[in-house]
Amino acid sequence: MKVLLKDVNLYNPAQKIDEKSTSVLLEDGIISEIGDIKTKDASVYELRGKYIVPGFFDMHVHLREPGREDEETVVSGSDAAANGGFTGIACMPNTKPAIDSAEIVNFIKNQSRNHIVDVYPIAAATIGREGEILSPMAELTEAGVVGFSDDGVAIKTASILRKVLEYSKMYNLPVIEHCEDETLANGAMNEGLNSTLLGLPALPSVAEDLIVSRDIQMADYTAGVIHIAHISTRNAVQYVREAKSKGIKVTAEVTPHHFTLIDEMVKTYDTNFKMNPPLRTQEDIEAIVEALKEGTIDCIASDHAPHSIEEKEEEFQYAPNGILGLETMVGITLSELYHKKVLTLKEIIEKLSINPRRILNLPKIKFSVGEKANFTIVDLDAVWTVDINKFKSKSRNSPFDKKLLNGKSVGVVNNSKLYYNDELVNI
Amino acid sequence: MPKEDIQIILDTAITFREVLNRPIKKVPTLQGKTIVNLFYEDSTRTRISFELAEKRLSADTINFSLSTSSVKKGESLKDTIKNIEAMKVDMIIIRHSAAGTPLYLTKICDSNIINAGDGTHEHPTQALLDMYSIKERMGRLKGLKVCIVGDISHSRVALSNIFGLKTMGVKVSVCGPSTMIPKRIEELGIDVIHNIDEAIQENDVLNVLRIQLERNAGKYFPSIREYSKYFGITNERLEKNGKNILILHPGPINRGVEISSEVADGSDQIILNQVTNGVAIRMAVLYLLGTLN
Repeated sequence: MKVLLKDVNLYNPAQKIDEKSTSVLLEDGIISEIGDIKTKDASVYELRGKYIVPGFFDMHVHLREPGREDEETVVSGSDAAANGGFTGIACMPNTKPAIDSAEIVNFIKNQSRNHIVDVYPIAAATIGREGEILSPMAELTEAGVVGFSDDGVAIKTASILRKVLEYSKMYNLPVIEHCEDETLANGAMNEGLNSTLLGLPALPSVAEDLIVSRDIQMADYTAGVIHIAHISTRNAVQYVREAKSKGIKVTAEVTPHHFTLIDEMVKTYDTNFKMNPPLRTQEDIEAIVEALKEGTIDCIASDHAPHSIEEKEEEFQYAPNGILGLETMVGITLSELYHKKVLTLKEIIEKLSINPRRILNLPKIKFSVGEKANFTIVDLDAVWTVDINKFKSKSRNSPFDKKLLNGKSVGVVNNSKLYYNDELVNI
Repeated sequence: MPKEDIQIILDTAITFREVLNRPIKKVPTLQGKTIVNLFYEDSTRTRISFELAEKRLSADTINFSLSTSSVKKGESLKDTIKNIEAMKVDMIIIRHSAAGTPLYLTKICDSNIINAGDGTHEHPTQALLDMYSIKERMGRLKGLKVCIVGDISHSRVALSNIFGLKTMGVKVSVCGPSTMIPKRIEELGIDVIHNIDEAIQENDVLNVLRIQLERNAGKYFPSIREYSKYFGITNERLEKNGKNILILHPGPINRGVEISSEVADGSDQIILNQVTNGVAIRMAVLYLLGTLN
């Protein structure tokens, strides 16, 4: 099938492509022509003013399958990803059972087969994420995982972390760490004036700082590859900055909520403001924004964490951590970072597409004739209001409901499929 | 809570305190109103105090006590509240181990909600009765110096006292081991001290909090022995500082730990008087809320 994406801006910083008002012809999902195209037998999409950019990638997603299919499945999470503007996601292993065997990796890949969104499992670093026994990393690599993580918790001990880094290094896959010292981790919100005022058990920022520091030193010692998930404190940012300047193999991601929301917002005890790491302070946000600008933080990831309504309606300190992210991340990033001139469009694309794929050793997306089309179509100027009832996700736990955003993804192309205006077409 | 509201409650309580001294202690003010005492956490004195206050105002009362753990496995808080409300009640008194629960209830139901203590957050009626007791004894609040002593971090009494006392023009400080002082509490405009003798010398009133022995000994302070030696209030210590100071305690008391028996049972019986005042304060709060609409 032929599809003509007409009158669109084509932008791929990885190839230094920056063309205004051009057209792209796809044949069976492959780029067949770029430029001023005259064709009669293609279905035409008028995209004046919009941008085609390399398909966005969210490297931190919780799909809940297997185990909590009532909250999200591989398919519903992938649908949410397509709706949010992503052509690829990496899913975390804290499912039930955990992703710690090739069988579960194959199961997830099978569930996502023929979807427009590519799903790449991240495997547990240790069996059951329990921090005792190494997961079968060679076999998991062969099954197609893109990294190792005990996400939800940090790898339990320095000694196991060391072995995970040494072993994963053989396959050049990153160890992705949820950085939190478990002995300091019994809190429901960030420790500070607001936790004192709200009387909630507190989680100090030093719990994150300690493990980031430990992990960086271990990556240095073992020459392993570490990726810091959802960085949230100014000290952690500084440690990563220093480590990068020394040439230690460390990368970092931040979530949209950690560069937009602060701990003061917990004051209504709305459990949609409960996540781990917890919302921090304005000073932390300033450090994070600075780190995004200078490149200390490599990418933005959502930490999409679906939870059922009944679980989120519990008392604040008993409710589970986490919020949805896939369907708001692009809008928040464009509103807060692009339109407020913190990052250029080039830098946005690096943070949302190029860098996460690089961290996970995935191939670069190219806009060349003969290449498979893997695009996100962005309307930078769309003004829209988040409506949780329109989410494709099975869950509804978002603090961004009814938020007015500026800029959104209007469609994606991948795997010979096109999703545009809420409609999926095989192309 | 604004100063005017606190003042009205304290003034109203004077009338009810007088009622409590009568041979017949009952008034018909809340006749026909139904009040539910919903206690998700063990409490003897606060629950009985509320229940007595309700009965003395002639309200119909229902007691509902259940442990949070059993509830967690079964019905959600929201469902429980919705069911109780469907039975057409007027007020719900809630005690819960999780901070913020009373605020949450105000969002999901129309009944009047009274916070009888939420987690380590607040305990407003306790602070009101403490203020009442101080005023009763000292004749005023404004200009006094009050120090809250003990485990500030795990206390719901401390924060309510700090807010209430400061609003009424009291200079407030807290005193306790640094492991039991919550982060950045000095930003509420209070002094933090770690020396109990200094606290005695500098203040007109000490509000001594209960130390949670079971949970915290060995973790937040080395031992009961060390705590009582360095932070316990004894006659000897009061005499050493040559100070006649008013001592409050919200109870229950760990005798010989945060306060010695001779201080607790001291001649003025202020601690038991606090308990009596508690009923009057709760009557005042119930009366004002119940007749507001």
